[in-house]
Amino acid sequence: MRARPDLIEHLPRLRRYARALTGDAARADDLVQDTLERALAKLDLWQPGSDLRAWLFTLMHNLFVNQLRARRPQDTALDEALEIPVSGGQMEALAARDLHAALARLPDEQRAVILLVGLEQFSYAEAAQVLGVPAGTVMSRLARARERMRQMLAGEPAVQLKVVK
Amino acid sequence: MTEPVREDDLHAYVDGALAEARRLEVEAWLAAHPDDAARVQAWAGQNQALHAAFDGVLNEPLPIDLVRAARRQPAHMPYKAVAAALALVASGLIGYGVGQRADQPMPAPLHFARDAAIAHAVFSPEVRHPVEVDAAHAAHLVSWLSKRIGTQLKAPDFGALGFELLGGRLLSDESGPVAQFMYQDARERRVTLYVRRAVAGNRETAFRHVTENGVEVFYWIDRDFGYALSGQIAHADMQRLGDAAYQQLVGKEAAAD
Repeated sequence: MRARPDLIEHLPRLRRYARALTGDAARADDLVQDTLERALAKLDLWQPGSDLRAWLFTLMHNLFVNQLRARRPQDTALDEALEIPVSGGQMEALAARDLHAALARLPDEQRAVILLVGLEQFSYAEAAQVLGVPAGTVMSRLARARERMRQMLAGEPAVQLKVVK
Repeated sequence: MTEPVREDDLHAYVDGALAEARRLEVEAWLAAHPDDAARVQAWAGQNQALHAAFDGVLNEPLPIDLVRAARRQPAHMPYKAVAAALALVASGLIGYGVGQRADQPMPAPLHFARDAAIAHAVFSPEVRHPVEVDAAHAAHLVSWLSKRIGTQLKAPDFGALGFELLGGRLLSDESGPVAQFMYQDARERRVTLYVRRAVAGNRETAFRHVTENGVEVFYWIDRDFGYALSGQIAHADMQRLGDAAYQQLVGKEAAAD
């Protein structure tokens, strides 16, 4: 007979990650709730002795991605092209100095990586497992995310700004 | 021979993922390459900023809804899981949601007693962090919880019955914040007192008793607040603690139904 793992102890960190990922407290807790329901329904698939936290984060990540797909029928290529028309004088004001705003402007998959590694302190291998991508992809997304964040937080346009009169 | 420092090494340096020897090599590289050093510093700053922005979530009261969801059994359990769940109930540890269908509405006071029992079952077995604020800071604890709950709380004194205040924690449920005080005796048996704002329309209930999956709960509503004392100890001891709590908090003798 197998003991039932305790999900409660993982709640605080699941909530922290969800909050940062979605940028919205209510949406985040809904995501955590869905994750718990999914986890209980699939508990038989979890290997006792393996990392329960990584498994829960994997479930949450998959739910998050599914929600995004449901919301946005076709993926907008935010990663590649984000053009924001601004007047020259607004450049400063628009600079995303606020961490939350900068995070929100990251493409979802980059935000997930920077949060898993920088906030949740998963190793690169664990982050790769959670996201279901090769370790090399984790590294390249992490590098892009951090550079973009750095530019946004430094007030530099991280994206090509189209200056209009 | 030293390998050239690549971009990945710089990230691994920030994330503390390098072996000691390599870490020293990267440090030497950074000393000689100010541009890379500036980037590394910015990235490390991002990690710190993320923690500063979101670590507060870790200390937020856990929504009871989520606590309940984490304790719930799946709707259609395979036989094996049912057996495991029943074994847990039998062991007297946990097993909420097995006896009741989760979707079934419950009368508010019973719901309240059940939430209290869940919170008791969740936190009383904790060895490392049973409480958020320990009793050494009792005054601070009571004023902190009072402020969050919105009334002047009082932690009853069970010293005469052998139970000392261990500390407390803040939770939340659909009615708002909930305070949980935890007490422990010399045999390390624990009881918890759960206090929350009463749901409108349930102004007063008598001193009641219910057993929720092995957790005994004495509960009552006094004016705007609901109180529930939960424990898994001998019934006579629970009764005495319940009486003492009721007497101290309500100021009259308890008459359990």
